[in-house]
Amino acid sequence: MNLIISTISQGFIWAIMAIGLYITFRILDFPDMTVEGSFPLGAVTAVMLIQHGYSAEIALLVAFIFGNLAGFATAFMYTKLHIPSLLAGILTMTALYSVNLRILGKANMSLTKPNNIFNQYGLNKLPVNFNGIILGIILIAIITFLLIIFLNTEKGQAVIATGDNEIMAASLGINTTVMKFIGIMVSNGIVALTGGLIAQQNGFADVNMGIGSIVIGLSAIIIGEVLYPDVPLSIRIITIVIGSIVYRLILMIVLQLGFNTNDLKLISAIILALCLALPTIREQFFRAFRNGVKSK
Amino acid sequence: MKPLLEINDAVKTIYNDNQDLNILDGINLKIYPKDFIVVLGTNGAGKSTLLDAITGANKLSSGDIKLNDEDITQKNLAKRSRYISRVYQDPKLGTSPRMTVAENLLLAQRRGLPRRLRLRKLNDNMAKFKELTKDLPTLDNRLNTFTEKLSGGQRQTLSFLMAIIQKPELLLLDEHTAALDPQTSQELMELTSKIILEKELTCLMVTHNLTEAVKYGNRLIVLKKGKVILDLDKEQKSKLKEQDLLEYF
Repeated sequence: MNLIISTISQGFIWAIMAIGLYITFRILDFPDMTVEGSFPLGAVTAVMLIQHGYSAEIALLVAFIFGNLAGFATAFMYTKLHIPSLLAGILTMTALYSVNLRILGKANMSLTKPNNIFNQYGLNKLPVNFNGIILGIILIAIITFLLIIFLNTEKGQAVIATGDNEIMAASLGINTTVMKFIGIMVSNGIVALTGGLIAQQNGFADVNMGIGSIVIGLSAIIIGEVLYPDVPLSIRIITIVIGSIVYRLILMIVLQLGFNTNDLKLISAIILALCLALPTIREQFFRAFRNGVKSK
Repeated sequence: MKPLLEINDAVKTIYNDNQDLNILDGINLKIYPKDFIVVLGTNGAGKSTLLDAITGANKLSSGDIKLNDEDITQKNLAKRSRYISRVYQDPKLGTSPRMTVAENLLLAQRRGLPRRLRLRKLNDNMAKFKELTKDLPTLDNRLNTFTEKLSGGQRQTLSFLMAIIQKPELLLLDEHTAALDPQTSQELMELTSKIILEKELTCLMVTHNLTEAVKYGNRLIVLKKGKVILDLDKEQKSKLKEQDLLEYF
């Protein structure tokens, strides 16, 4: 039971990252590899600040701002220097590896100070792993609320329009470059914030902890979309949370079946590939089924 | 009468096959208020480049463009969009698929204005949007439908409504019925003509369809190799037959 609760707890925290990724991946239609760098950037920033005596809240705020800056770098390369989207993200991600090493001073660092956000606000009095669930729910509620409010403003609608149809958006006088900056920066800010949270939950930061994070985020989004195909945006964010928990549960089950933990990334990639292929498989299955019925 | 839009010595040069090629080759054009100009021309005649130059999507190599006597040659697309609207040939280019019909109309209603961090006022505008779409069987009662669920004809009708919702100084129609089936195309063309005349819009309509070219509009221009080779006024155009236009193709 503890394992399931721990898994759900992780699902909630990683869902925050997936919500951030959703902004670039689906709303802006921008495949952003920056997250593999901004996620550990948030983690190393938060751990360093906490180790230097800053509060966990300040550490998360600075992580969010640093994530914004990482997003800014990618958006600048993409919009101003006309570097293709994937390459711009990869360049920032690669550069951030060195930046993260510079911040941390070494490849990894444990969090030894007690001012961890998971130990505050009475969260430490909750049963084991429930602090992650409660904190996750609160943060998801706040981020979802702010995101939905933003997307329902004139500026938010302009961001959606830019991702949906850039030619139309530009012809309506929307500054699509600014909208891309906003989307990519906010997205990476949320991803870095999640990095800061995961570092505090795990009790350490590692410059390599971003590897595969994009797969985790995408899996949550895709599972949510496969389970609930046609839903409005506000509900979509809730389905991402469900997708994140389901993904973690699938991973847990696979590992419980005796697979080697070294194969985790391989299994993660296979799960994502299966989820991405599911709509096609489902369609082909139903087509074959219908053809079978007709031929009878 | 003062022209609404004035294009002087417009040249657009591109580098193609190791040589400079003038897509627009010294175009001079005056468009007056309430002109409904039909622009004809073969592929590569410079029709879309001309529209790009007017909207600011593509800057001229030389020459200038004035709107109401103001030089707009250096103004970007966003700034010009307040006064100039365009409907594209591809129905998918004019609308936002993940937004509803009403949300698209709301987006177009703030054409060219800065987007702020204030809540959009969708509900306040629903009555206006219902009024706008009530006589259109294709869009009536579909304000809350996501645009991706609409047919090509419905999307193009929506694009057209988005272009005229804030009465533009100049409306550009870029073969806006070409991608539709004949019946839908004709219905949209009738709607277009009706609204242009009712609202007294100034319009520049590019088409390949000779029937449309003869039937609609009060002025006709033929482009060939980046030059205006024919410019007929209302009276001259009224005597025109489809066969007369064949020699220009």
